[in-house]
Amino acid sequence: MLKPPYAEKDISGCAVVGIMNISGNNFGSEKIVNAIKCMRDRSNGLGGGFAAYGIYPEHKDLYAFHMMYLDTNRRYDAEDFLKKKFNIAASERIPTAKVNSISESPVLWRYFLSVENKPPLMSEEDFVVQTVIYINANIDGAFVASSGKNMGVFKGVGYPEDIARFYKLQDYEAYIWLSHGRFPTNTVGWWGGAHPFNILDWSVVHNGELSSYGTNARYLEMYGYKCELMTDTEVVAYTMDLLMRRHKLPLNLVAKVIAAPLWKEIDNLEPKERRILTRLRQTYSSLLLNGPFSFIIANQDQMIGITDRIRLRPLIYASNKDMFYISTEEAAIRTIESDLKNIKIPRGGEPVVAQLLTSDIRHQTSSSREGATN
Amino acid sequence: MKTYIPHKFEVNINDKCIKCLVCVKQCSFSALSFDEDDATIYPDNNKCVACHRCTTLCPTKSINIVKNPIVYHPNEYWKANVIEDIYKQAETGGILLSGTGNDKDYPVYFDRILLDASQVTNPSIDPLREPMELRTYLGKKSDRLQFKENKKSTTTIKTKSEPQVKLETPIMFAAMSLGAISYNAHQALARTAEEHGTLYNTGEGGLHKSLYKYGKNTIVQVASGRYGVHHEYLNAGSVVEIKIGQGAKPGIGGHLPGEKINAEISQTRMIPEGTDALSPAPHHDIYSIEDLAQLVYAIKEATFYKKLVSVKIAAVHNVAAIASGIARAGADIVTIDGFRGGTGAAPTVIRDNVGIPIEMAIAAVDDRLRKESIRNNVSLVASGGIRNSVDVVKAIALGADAVYIGTSALISIGCTMCQKCYTGKCAWGIATTNPQLAKRLNPEIAYKRLSNLLRAWSLEIKEILGAMGLNAIESLKSNRLRLRGVGLSAEELKILGIKQAGG
Repeated sequence: MLKPPYAEKDISGCAVVGIMNISGNNFGSEKIVNAIKCMRDRSNGLGGGFAAYGIYPEHKDLYAFHMMYLDTNRRYDAEDFLKKKFNIAASERIPTAKVNSISESPVLWRYFLSVENKPPLMSEEDFVVQTVIYINANIDGAFVASSGKNMGVFKGVGYPEDIARFYKLQDYEAYIWLSHGRFPTNTVGWWGGAHPFNILDWSVVHNGELSSYGTNARYLEMYGYKCELMTDTEVVAYTMDLLMRRHKLPLNLVAKVIAAPLWKEIDNLEPKERRILTRLRQTYSSLLLNGPFSFIIANQDQMIGITDRIRLRPLIYASNKDMFYISTEEAAIRTIESDLKNIKIPRGGEPVVAQLLTSDIRHQTSSSREGATN
Repeated sequence: MKTYIPHKFEVNINDKCIKCLVCVKQCSFSALSFDEDDATIYPDNNKCVACHRCTTLCPTKSINIVKNPIVYHPNEYWKANVIEDIYKQAETGGILLSGTGNDKDYPVYFDRILLDASQVTNPSIDPLREPMELRTYLGKKSDRLQFKENKKSTTTIKTKSEPQVKLETPIMFAAMSLGAISYNAHQALARTAEEHGTLYNTGEGGLHKSLYKYGKNTIVQVASGRYGVHHEYLNAGSVVEIKIGQGAKPGIGGHLPGEKINAEISQTRMIPEGTDALSPAPHHDIYSIEDLAQLVYAIKEATFYKKLVSVKIAAVHNVAAIASGIARAGADIVTIDGFRGGTGAAPTVIRDNVGIPIEMAIAAVDDRLRKESIRNNVSLVASGGIRNSVDVVKAIALGADAVYIGTSALISIGCTMCQKCYTGKCAWGIATTNPQLAKRLNPEIAYKRLSNLLRAWSLEIKEILGAMGLNAIESLKSNRLRLRGVGLSAEELKILGIKQAGG
């Protein structure tokens, strides 16, 4: 199933974990699978998934679209549409294995695309975002699971460790892995609703419920986003896209939008900082993510963990040499890494950031991106 | 001419009466008189308006007011009020007047909307133990903030700032002019606004000299009569409100009778004593939207772009398109006044038949501004018939940034909704400029009662937010997913943008 089974807000509890090698060295999926498996009791088999960065070095300058289709006819519909907008450099069925617990899966396909027919005044990223939003909203039975470069999202209905076997993740290597085990309160799980959520290079795994969903979604809609999937995580992904990519806010300020400090705290700051945070909160009050959440987001350069401002959901982080871990539970990290020196619980609303040491990867992609635009 | 209208109320005085005559002295409608010959108080039931002044002050509680049980021949079409309105007009030949808001039996959408609360999947929050924020800023919000790094690698904001006005609770006092209500009432509103970090509105009658000190908490109004409008006045408050219309009487001007224009009112309004203050139906310099834009910017020029400009309109059928025009005309705030909004005096036919419910208007306006991506350009204030903290919450969840309360504020200081504001005889000293009556309103007590009301509502709003799992009022704005409708048609639900309960 690709669309939400009910036209209502999707609610779920979850486990999240993210692992990053900040030197940018790829490693296999074993650690991430074992970590998420450790928190099996936090999911209920109705959704699991992974995001992996660095998996398509041979196509690193192309947008990698992971698509889910209800059936092959929908694939033809979507491909007709994609051909009009992009040059398809390569496409193939996403390799899967037979797994007993996963009986029914959509048709899964991936494409490596370069932008061809975009309006002259629109940025390439905006064009891709709009395409993704259009496909999800208008091409019935087709769903874009991820659309970034040199990365991909692998998700579905099942326990995450089963999803990993289904997608044969043992065959991939990445320098950032995110994973999610889902406990939806709806009885029917659906493939599109599993995490991670992705738009361009941004992927989100999310544990929590946004009590402010309506406020956030209505604000985002003014900026052209359509919150079709009724999941909180979709709102998180679009919020990050808007604030970081389009409005170019630095991460520390993004954190002050989504987990805004209390007015009482802002009022007591030094005048300069107070002015900035006051304006920030006045301007983006509708993007305060209110209610319990912890999430891990990643792009090509960073992996970030954050909780809501009063820390109603758990999050813990640790590092060892150039490996960085963020997880719902400490146990998940200890399972895969026995020698941990720094293990800490972040304060509510304080972002934890793992930053790529060498930004070669980013520079390569951004220069080639400019080349493509010109 | 003998009236055919039977009296509405009966005043009954029992034998506990000690003949102290408080009631006789207090009845400003002359419905009670004392006959010295037989030492008895006689009520004139025809004059009683059920304002409760006598029963409230009677030391022995010996007075009771009941409805006259007299019946007409039963008729579902020609009801008592229909018959009596015709009698009244046959006897006077005039337009029927009413005070307060529309009292007819139209659907109350607020009462058909239920709130959500958190269970299991998200925790509710205890407002007594955890922070709960009601602060709201009115004013234009930029669509984005741009920053620049300076030499010393400090960050500053590049985006031009727009003036903002801070409300510590999203409840403001609606426009009620000095003259329509007494000086003591005005002063109490101003003091309360200051104490609670919110705003009160002068209404269209200017600002009394002694109240300039509450400027930070003041909205000064500019209405079609331009009474009391001058440079100092425009710069006295935090917000200047252009009043185009009023929910109780859309399309209708105002009339403060000459009898109410005493020395003080005359000075404040800048008109001669004893002359009628007639506010034209339209502003005669605003016959179209571009004229409004010019006035908005004339006011901004006169106030050095430091004050917010609000434009207040009545909720009429086409309210969404009009609000969009106002947002594009440069206003910082659009205030929508629903058809239940109050008035000191309005033609009854207008009050009872013109306009639309505020719930529908706010939902439609918020939708429209969002569809046009101009919602950030303006703050949206809901006004007209807000009765309690839950109405406030529902109005904000439907899309408002803040609300105005007028009638509720007056009730808190003694108004009993007798609907006789236009007579100038208000027995509670609220809607009168008669010094003998006006001094009945003790400004200290009025201030305490208003202050208690705002405190109580603010606490209740925090309780409701906590139950919803929210700890800031901004996360409720336009959050219609936290509302459900009961007993509404599909079309009504659609316009309100809410789901049917159970769905």
